[in-house]
Amino acid sequence: MNAPASPPSPYSASKAQSKIEQHTLSVLADNEPGVLARVVGLFSGRGYNIESLTVAEVVHAEHLSRITIRTSGAPETIDQIRHQLERLVPVRQVTDLSEGGKGLERELAMVKVRGRGENRADALQLADAFRARIVDATTESFIFELTGKPEKIDEFVDLMRPIGLVEVSRTGVAAISRGPQPI
Amino acid sequence: MSKEMTGAEMVVEALKDHGVDVLFGYPGGAVLPIYDVLFQQEAVRHILVRHEQGAAHAAEGYARSSGKVGALLVTSGPGATNTVTGLTDALMDSIPLVCITGQVPTHLIGSDAFQECDTVGITRHCTKHNYLVKSIDDLCRVLHEAFYVATNGRPGPVVVDIPKDVQFARGVYAPPHNVQHKTYNPQMDGDTALIREAVRMMASAQKPIFYTGGGVINSGSPASTLLRELVALTGFPITSTLMGLGAYPASGDAWLGMLGMHGTFEANNAMHDCDLMIAVGARFDDRITGRLDAFSPGSKKIHIDIDRSSINKNVKVDLAIVGDCGHVLEAMVRVWRSEAMHAEKQQLGDWWRQIDQWRGRKSLAFRNSDKVIKPQYAVQRLYELTKDKDVYITTEVGQHQMWAAQHFHFDEPNHWMTSGGLGTMGYGLPAAIGAQLAHPGSLVVDIAGEASILMCIQELSTAIQYRLPVKVFILNNEYMGMVRQWQELLHGGRYSHSYSEALPDFVKLAEAFGAKGVRCYDPAGLDAAIKEMLDYDGPVLFDCVVEKSENCFPMIPSGKAHNDMLLADLSDDAGIELGAVIDEKGKMLV
Repeated sequence: MNAPASPPSPYSASKAQSKIEQHTLSVLADNEPGVLARVVGLFSGRGYNIESLTVAEVVHAEHLSRITIRTSGAPETIDQIRHQLERLVPVRQVTDLSEGGKGLERELAMVKVRGRGENRADALQLADAFRARIVDATTESFIFELTGKPEKIDEFVDLMRPIGLVEVSRTGVAAISRGPQPI
Repeated sequence: MSKEMTGAEMVVEALKDHGVDVLFGYPGGAVLPIYDVLFQQEAVRHILVRHEQGAAHAAEGYARSSGKVGALLVTSGPGATNTVTGLTDALMDSIPLVCITGQVPTHLIGSDAFQECDTVGITRHCTKHNYLVKSIDDLCRVLHEAFYVATNGRPGPVVVDIPKDVQFARGVYAPPHNVQHKTYNPQMDGDTALIREAVRMMASAQKPIFYTGGGVINSGSPASTLLRELVALTGFPITSTLMGLGAYPASGDAWLGMLGMHGTFEANNAMHDCDLMIAVGARFDDRITGRLDAFSPGSKKIHIDIDRSSINKNVKVDLAIVGDCGHVLEAMVRVWRSEAMHAEKQQLGDWWRQIDQWRGRKSLAFRNSDKVIKPQYAVQRLYELTKDKDVYITTEVGQHQMWAAQHFHFDEPNHWMTSGGLGTMGYGLPAAIGAQLAHPGSLVVDIAGEASILMCIQELSTAIQYRLPVKVFILNNEYMGMVRQWQELLHGGRYSHSYSEALPDFVKLAEAFGAKGVRCYDPAGLDAAIKEMLDYDGPVLFDCVVEKSENCFPMIPSGKAHNDMLLADLSDDAGIELGAVIDEKGKMLV
């Protein structure tokens, strides 16, 4: 039986189709119970995308957490996401780090590769080119640690796949603004 | 003065300190310590409801009719989950509530204990904010914060979940003193430069209109006064959403009636054709805009709202002023006066002549009958027979709600309580109880439908217990009327499960509760029956048996623009061929 095609929303269909953009938002929030659930729930509840999300307390004395969210959507949707986040009571500040190219983004990945002989040599060579560090090794495997922009990690993982990729663990993006000023 | 006391005592102390004189609630295991404290004091009056949903709606009715915060107290588990509909309703309509829920003791949390539920998890999406208080040291701060968050900025419901051991624990309570939240500080004043720009745009507009919403009511009575002043100064026409009725008097010259799906011909056409729209405390809901890409295509739009995320959410605006509408309206009036602005009189004259033409269509007219009571006529008679009284109206949800909005006229804010955003059947009777408690000497009428009223009918027992003379005016057409109307429009007249079968005898039902029942079938006897209801000093269920197949017009069909309205066809008994009017796209809309 054919599942009925999901009907296009008559509301969004009538809107001018805008280009989908990827943005990185930095959210400073009180590190109180449930704050992450509020942020994540906002995205699921309103149908926004989360591509990656990282969170950690950054100022212990003030119980201040920094949440970095990579999201995608039309410019007006990104705007809406920002203002919806600002509306959450424990949220102090929301900054769009993708505006004007002011954000610096890094992600850490650990990549497990298994192989012998030529594949092993290839893996080492590529790791060297990507400035990946070996953090664990056996006679038939390596674990590489790699930091960089998410795209760089994607690229490295793609290269490892034919060589013998076993698994990948990624932290998600941490981001900060360039220059002397805080966000 | 800081004092040591138990957590339960702190709760009651905080209620007193925040001016709560009426608390709606229902006891249970996890709130017994708080009930024990309530038993030993008299400052806070506890109203025992019959279902926790009723407590939430009653608190809403109390809050909306008084401008104060509504408070409720319920137990853990089912007590908390039963409030979810009311909390969501309050969130959608921006009603300030503080809901105290009991919770199982902290050491049992997460163990699936008796009457345990994840209250903060469940209510996270239906509250403005919520708290689980795990330590007595946090309780005092959280209680004060809860009142602050509920009432400041865009108002909304706040849940404070208190485990039973925290209610027993002793700690230090300090009264609220300049309560400030470390992160939540909403912007009240609008940007002066933007306000000046807005006034300039207004002064040069040729076809302006004010479009106002519930935000004007929520801002407090000064906002309504200022709105009236600004309308008088500018001479602009004004329309309002369902939630905003009463902010500008329905008897005012500039009033065009409600806009939106069941709004008037003149209001919707003026919205469509205007060249400047000034949205004040309204949020461009889909019931207002109709088809978005055809919504007021030729106008510049100014949007005043305290919630930044409401701006550009559904409709892109040209000038956005973030701030409390009372503050912004005050500044607009001041700037308009100081710069001696005056609207283009000649041009406005043309605009008003156009509006008068639309008014001439008399879009709320209906064909009356001397054989059967028309629901619109029933609301009209109720209005005429009560307009010399201080009357507060609540409603349930459906056709009767729209007829009440169209044919009952409000000259003051806070006199009209209806579930606008969530559309909650069952809202009206408990809300009427809340309004009656806030205004003991006034007349409170719940205009209801026979289906809706059965959703919270148990609260009639509450009205009896506290001798609250609320009147329930049921427009009984034996159908979930709005569902039936849509089935007629969209589903080929297949009335799937919308007939109210096996209805109770409402007169006997009233008597069983200890209230008075009145029934009326006859248009000629309607006035006398309404008077009988009004003269009775106690709760009344009025079973007003009306025309079964009446549709609610005017109507903007789903997916249509404001200038594409359906009007009641008064010349043809067969009515309008509705099925052909809505296209496939429109049928997908709700």
